[in-house]
Amino acid sequence: MDFEPKIVAFVCNWCTYAGADLTGTSRIKYAPNVKMIRFPCTGRIDFMLLMKAFANGADGMIVSGCHPNDCHYTSGNFHARRRWTVFRSLLEFMGVDTERIAFTWVSAAEGAKWADVVNSTVEKVRALGPCEAYKNADYE
Amino acid sequence: MSKLQDTARSLLDAGEVKVAIGYGEGSVGRVRPLFVTDAAGAQGLIYDGRCTQNLAVYTYKKETAAMGKPAVTAGVATMRALMRLVAERQLREGDFIALAVVGDEVTVCRTLSEMENWLAAAAPKPREADMEMIARIEAMTPAERWAFWRGEMDRCFRCYACRQACPLCYCTQCTVEVNQPQWIPVGATVQGNLEWHAMRAMHLAGRCIECGQCGDACPVDIPIHLLTVKLAADVRNVYGAATGMARDETCAMSIFKPDDRENFIG
Repeated sequence: MDFEPKIVAFVCNWCTYAGADLTGTSRIKYAPNVKMIRFPCTGRIDFMLLMKAFANGADGMIVSGCHPNDCHYTSGNFHARRRWTVFRSLLEFMGVDTERIAFTWVSAAEGAKWADVVNSTVEKVRALGPCEAYKNADYE
Repeated sequence: MSKLQDTARSLLDAGEVKVAIGYGEGSVGRVRPLFVTDAAGAQGLIYDGRCTQNLAVYTYKKETAAMGKPAVTAGVATMRALMRLVAERQLREGDFIALAVVGDEVTVCRTLSEMENWLAAAAPKPREADMEMIARIEAMTPAERWAFWRGEMDRCFRCYACRQACPLCYCTQCTVEVNQPQWIPVGATVQGNLEWHAMRAMHLAGRCIECGQCGDACPVDIPIHLLTVKLAADVRNVYGAATGMARDETCAMSIFKPDDRENFIG
């Protein structure tokens, strides 16, 4: 059976979720592999949620929110950016594949960009194959 | 009598502190933390190369905090931890006296300014062995790194000695013990252990003072401190933030600059 990647998207309510909505109302087709989880702000996207997604079988992830200076709450994305920087470095240091996590800014007007982000992430993860190492850490 | 013992005795005699927290001879050539409450006991205090445990933890642990105002024997790492606890509003000026030690030299620091000056002069650096090991792990391929950490995590049985030894793990309720939601499984499984140690490293990012005590305390010798020390080095390199050097420093994770680096965000 062909491998269909499972992608979880952690997105903020105000920009990327609205942007993805625009993708739909613009009738732009994109890969159906993505499951979106809506957060009030990128600042709310706890690093533990990303680890839990890997543990529960996600093959890839998209983490996305408002562009810098566009945050509905002024600074949530700035705080998130620092946290992602550090978290990415930690994952790399532990040997977890950070290629599987796409961090992007997608505004409410960037419906087409959202389709691109999803499609490119799906293709990238499809090429990488299923994410088994983390999920099966207990059974190796 | 050493200068350290003399100093502690006179502070206890004068009633300036209720307890001197330091190191004493333990068994089989090891040292142990020593809590001296009377002047006569000060002769048990020692300071040498074996005295690496971070004593700042005893300034807030319930049992030892109840002993009254302490004079803490402080090498560079302990001093940084004390300063970081001040920056995080866990200690205040006057709550403690630091007996800053370098070899046989003792400097009594009563004020935060004295401690800051002593720290600036001491110019602390991360432990060389830690940085070497981090460089060695970074030189591995991702698959080798994963295999390395997976193997290490396999031995962790969640005694939480790392947390207990850490001067900055002072939360009265730790996320690992929260069960609504249950972030981390209770049993010692590889994945749960990975989550626990990654979470601890993230919670110490921008705060860790690189004493390496979490790793030293590990009964199965997992070099767990490399995670926090690695992130401390990152935070220093990327955001230029020092930890445990001044009373008014912030946490690099709770501030931002609009032009922070973001070369990985599309």
